[in-house]
Amino acid sequence: MTLGSVPLRYKVSIDRDQCMQCMRCVDNCSYGVYRVEGDRIIIDSRKCTACHRCISMCPRDAITLQEKPVDYRSHPLWTAQTREDIINQARTGKIILAGMGNALDYPVIFDRLVLDACQVTNPSIDPLREPMELRTYLGKKPSRLEFRKNDEGDVELVTELAPNLKLDTPIMIGHMSYGAISLNTQLSLAKAVTEMGTFMGTGEGGMHKALHPYQDHTIVQVASGRFGVDIDYLERGAAIEIKIGQGAKPGIGGHLPGEKVCVDVSCTRMIPLGSDAISPAPHHDIYSIEDLAQLVRSLKEATEWKKPVFVKIAAVHNVAAIAAGIARSSADAVVIDGFRGGTGAAPKVFRDNVGIPIEAAIAAVDHKLNDQGVRNEVSIIASGGIRNSADLAKSIALGADAVYIGTASLIALGCRVCGNCYRGLCPWGIATQRQDLVDRIDPEIGGRNVANLIHAWTLELSELMGAAGLNSIESLRGNRERLRGYMLDEGMLKVLNVEPVGA
Amino acid sequence: MYLQKQFLVVNMCGIIGVIDRGRSGMDGSGIKEALSLMNERGSGEGAGYVAYGIYPDYPDYYALHVFYDNLVEPKKKVDELLEKWGRIVQQEEIPTYERPGLRKKHIPWRYFYKPHKDLVVGSSTPEDDLVKTLVMDINSRIDGALVFSSGVNMGVFKAAGWPEDVADFYRIQDYKGYIWLAHNRYPTNTPGWWGGAHPFNLLDWSVVHNGEITSYGTNRQYVESNGYKCTMFTDTEVVAYLFDILGRRHGLPEDLVVKALAPPFWDEIDAMPERQRKIDHAMRLTYGAAQMNGPFAIVVATSQGIVGFTDRIKLRPLVAAENGNKLYISSEEAAIRVMDPDVQNIRMPRAGEPVIGRVIV
Amino acid sequence: MEKMVIDAKGMHYTPLNKQIRKAVAAGVKEIEINNVLGQRFIANGLRGDVKITINGIPGGDLCMFMNGPECTVHGDCEHAPGNTMDGGMIIVHGSAGDAVAHSMRGGKVYIRNNIGYRGGIHMKEYESKKPTLVIGGTSHAFLGEYMAGGLILVLGMGSQPLMEDRGIGSGIHGGEIVIRGKVADRLLGVGAIKTEFTESDLERLSPVIEDFCSRFGIDPSPLMDINYTRIVPSSSRPFAGKYTWE
Repeated sequence: MTLGSVPLRYKVSIDRDQCMQCMRCVDNCSYGVYRVEGDRIIIDSRKCTACHRCISMCPRDAITLQEKPVDYRSHPLWTAQTREDIINQARTGKIILAGMGNALDYPVIFDRLVLDACQVTNPSIDPLREPMELRTYLGKKPSRLEFRKNDEGDVELVTELAPNLKLDTPIMIGHMSYGAISLNTQLSLAKAVTEMGTFMGTGEGGMHKALHPYQDHTIVQVASGRFGVDIDYLERGAAIEIKIGQGAKPGIGGHLPGEKVCVDVSCTRMIPLGSDAISPAPHHDIYSIEDLAQLVRSLKEATEWKKPVFVKIAAVHNVAAIAAGIARSSADAVVIDGFRGGTGAAPKVFRDNVGIPIEAAIAAVDHKLNDQGVRNEVSIIASGGIRNSADLAKSIALGADAVYIGTASLIALGCRVCGNCYRGLCPWGIATQRQDLVDRIDPEIGGRNVANLIHAWTLELSELMGAAGLNSIESLRGNRERLRGYMLDEGMLKVLNVEPVGA
Repeated sequence: MYLQKQFLVVNMCGIIGVIDRGRSGMDGSGIKEALSLMNERGSGEGAGYVAYGIYPDYPDYYALHVFYDNLVEPKKKVDELLEKWGRIVQQEEIPTYERPGLRKKHIPWRYFYKPHKDLVVGSSTPEDDLVKTLVMDINSRIDGALVFSSGVNMGVFKAAGWPEDVADFYRIQDYKGYIWLAHNRYPTNTPGWWGGAHPFNLLDWSVVHNGEITSYGTNRQYVESNGYKCTMFTDTEVVAYLFDILGRRHGLPEDLVVKALAPPFWDEIDAMPERQRKIDHAMRLTYGAAQMNGPFAIVVATSQGIVGFTDRIKLRPLVAAENGNKLYISSEEAAIRVMDPDVQNIRMPRAGEPVIGRVIV
Repeated sequence: MEKMVIDAKGMHYTPLNKQIRKAVAAGVKEIEINNVLGQRFIANGLRGDVKITINGIPGGDLCMFMNGPECTVHGDCEHAPGNTMDGGMIIVHGSAGDAVAHSMRGGKVYIRNNIGYRGGIHMKEYESKKPTLVIGGTSHAFLGEYMAGGLILVLGMGSQPLMEDRGIGSGIHGGEIVIRGKVADRLLGVGAIKTEFTESDLERLSPVIEDFCSRFGIDPSPLMDINYTRIVPSSSRPFAGKYTWE
């Protein structure tokens, strides 16, 4: 073997003085890092993914983990990762797949935007004692209203409003399909959004019947594979989302490997057991923007114009113009997924290199839609790397109506962002269909954790708004005055339409 | 569009407005005294007045009040532009009388102007649209010229200084109007700039404002997407544009415009009877970007009347009072009493509740 | 009321579909729609056991998401009739455009004459649901692309020569494509292979051939032989060998 092995990625050690041989690490690791020989726990560090399941379950804090225990000769260009990728491809001749979002060290624009607060010239508002309105409606709004006086002289509304989704907080959970994640994960998310008065996406994979009690808080997805899509499914969702693309892999389709297509997944997706579920790169009934309008209207016609239809695109270079086209398609919201968006599996070269950051995409889309006077035609939903309430507040100030979170909601269920989702062995019971692992999530507790997260961000958003002297979310939306750029270059400030700090 | 480097003017200030609903003319001496009473609210760095019905000799002409830095280059450009799109029937320097505390920094000029409405297509109010476009054009593109008043048979008089100095500078007692608004400024920025003083005006709309609009960025984007250009370096100008969009172009009555700008809370809307709930729900969805946040008390005037209102949680004061045909709205009751000791029906309107005084035709 | 006639001249599709839905809800079993010209989405998402006759040229996405009804068209169709259809039947006395029966998961689509590109793309089957697309004439390229289940049958009864276009069954990973006569190897797409069409295949498919012919008043007997080419996936995991993990 010419190439030999690459160095260990992680080194796991057990402090033998602390260890009480309870074997929880052995039981919990689904990757086979631990095994017992005689009375000793043997460690195979090469199998470790840094999922931290063992560490979190160890009652004695006896386990430690070290990343990259073996140094390469340091080099700024030929990083360990580039070298190992080459070795991998020299061995296999294949496309490298990887999990979770973009792992390259691009600067995070969110971290170079700062929020505003009131001092003297206007009062901050304490959200605990003054009203603070986060209620958000997603969907098409008229650009103006028409009224008439009735016979009694009362003013009556003539304009008919399109259906909108009502959110109690502008945080939704993005589309992660059953198949990509487990049923207990979906159930946890469903319980959380129902409690918090918001919505979750079903992903492309149909809707398991266990989710039916929560269907009024789901957004069903129609993607290029049309898996699980029939008229019943469309009618169950509170809204319908057409997925054109995804931030983690813009421009390509996806496929759920046959080994993940178990009995229940096969049933929900309506495909044979063990068959690959292939989503083509484009929708084959959409080759142009007018075809998108046709699919939007077709979905509306099928559901009798009762449901908002969203269109999700990956944030790519021309995102603003594309969104402007979508705004004219009868769609009610455009979802923009930035290049940090998560995924179960994506070709690494796409995950790390294709698309643009969500911050720039929101600002560009919001500006373009305003410029063309069609901002009221669609809501903007931002996703792809929203990590905390500050990212949320900044997204809204850049022009988003609401955000989708994905990875953050999974972290609330135990995910440690190890990035091995595609292996189907997730020890946290999230990205797996293995029943013993899935059972590790109790949807009651999981739902509580996710609801807690949404609740906490909602509180923080209220505080941030109150400090900025705003008591309704409408007044934060697109309010670039409340943002300043810190160490951002002039070109980026221009795109974001934000002044630098001090200005 | 990249924001111009911008110094937002924040307005603490005192405001007052009066209308004679029977259209009887009042000269400016009363409102001058009332405004001076509120000098504690100002800093002597800006004051202004607007009056309606002051140009009876030109009742159908747009009265354009312009600040010129000089009468050479900028004026030549403005004259050319105006003559291209309409007819100037009369123009003159606005008479002023310099005072120790107030020297002429700009030359206030006025035109009486008739736009060629045939040049505008696709508008139900072609003259207004044309004048609006001209105002935006001059203010954003011609250095050394600023149109600060552009309505018919009305005019704004403002400068940097104490209220009584500004009043005497223009001798506002020489004008007779049936509506007057006045504003006493306490700026936090651009203190010396005459353009930053209130009232702000566009076409028939004039605005005096006390407070700060924390939603300015959102409102600005909304008015800009509707074809307005923000050139005054202040949050107040968006109020005039919002009224022009909602009141003139969308045809909403004043109470609904106020509802769009300072709407009821969702829990209040949820509890309303069906018909009302439907209206308020639709208003918030449609006009979310027009909603104004932050502390404010505002009085808006048109030739048809005045309307005063405050922000949704009443962070700025506002008092209304009446005497016969006269309706007064002010930051302080005392200021009203200076003008009219016999006022009755003194009240403090609720947050977001409009006080409306319409002319009786 | 058992039968209803709608004059669709100049009518928008939304009121047209509303009328159809209302009629079906009221128990109407037969609907004739005259003067159809370009209205999209007819019978979109419709359920029930109604028979619909369309006289004219319906617009795109005819019977999309439909589950149950039988729809007969006297005229040609634009693109994607039977798109994501779930059950029921479309019978077209004419030709149809691109992406006929796109992502169809159940029911039958019969086209008397020819279809455009990407017919039967991503059709898929599950348990008892097995979509069937039968084409009396011929088809353009990428027939049965990404096909994941069901049957596409091309009978070649038209005046045009049979199957000259490439990419047949490109990315196919389920179902079968059966084409009258011989198909050149160069026309097969990635992942598609030819297999022999046997007597037992004929026996299995003859009810489909007979049903198709009976709908259009054609004598099926000349078609009852084994002069067909059967195209199937080489694997149900066509892309399994493409990737390596990080």
